[in-house]
Amino acid sequence: MIKVLFLAQLREKLGVEGVEVPGDTIKTLADLKFFLVKKNPQWNLYLSEQQLLTAINHTYVKADAAVKDGDEVAFFPPVTGG
Amino acid sequence: MSFSISIQAADFDVGHEYIALVNNDSTAGAVVFFVGRVRDRTNDQQQPTKQIVGLELEHYPGMTEKQLMEIIETAKARWLLNAVRIVHRVGRLGAGEQIVFVGVSSAHRAQAFSAAEFLMDFLKTRAPFWKKEFYSDESYSWVAAKEKDEDAAKRWGSN
Repeated sequence: MIKVLFLAQLREKLGVEGVEVPGDTIKTLADLKFFLVKKNPQWNLYLSEQQLLTAINHTYVKADAAVKDGDEVAFFPPVTGG
Repeated sequence: MSFSISIQAADFDVGHEYIALVNNDSTAGAVVFFVGRVRDRTNDQQQPTKQIVGLELEHYPGMTEKQLMEIIETAKARWLLNAVRIVHRVGRLGAGEQIVFVGVSSAHRAQAFSAAEFLMDFLKTRAPFWKKEFYSDESYSWVAAKEKDEDAAKRWGSN
């Protein structure tokens, strides 16, 4: 399974902390987003936001990143610590 | 030589953090530290000022620690440093409370000043924390990332 987390304001917008997604057919972030939006069409606006950040296994990645079974993928808004 | 971080709900004592940072290292001729605190009002130029009664700090356990250690490694590669300590609070904080401590020691002041500023600029743009502001009218909003923070991080050059 791929563990997907939605953090901060994105969690509030989607109404869920995270989901688990079967990893067998998902190879890229694009595949993952496509799968998530297919199941939840109302998520499309939030998951396609230009400023959205993505991390896989606690490391920042770009839009073309590969995803594999067992990965933890987190989507979140720009950070505001400090 | 000590490079450490702490993410904690509890408040920190600047005196204790300073003593731990210096750690009796007589080769450290310079110590610089920064403290970030919760202000009691917003300063968004597009909206009227609101009174902030509190903040809630969220983080991404696991990634936040990893990013802070990476930010420190980047600073160490760039400047000769003796010690770095970053403390960042999470959870509910009231106006006037301390949020973050960034301390650096080095042989000379140029490295300490530059590294401390660099660490804050990178913490602000890369460390997975998010702030929610609570106002006196009982509404709240998620703080928006500021372009000037990105600009500040960029001026250190590509990384």
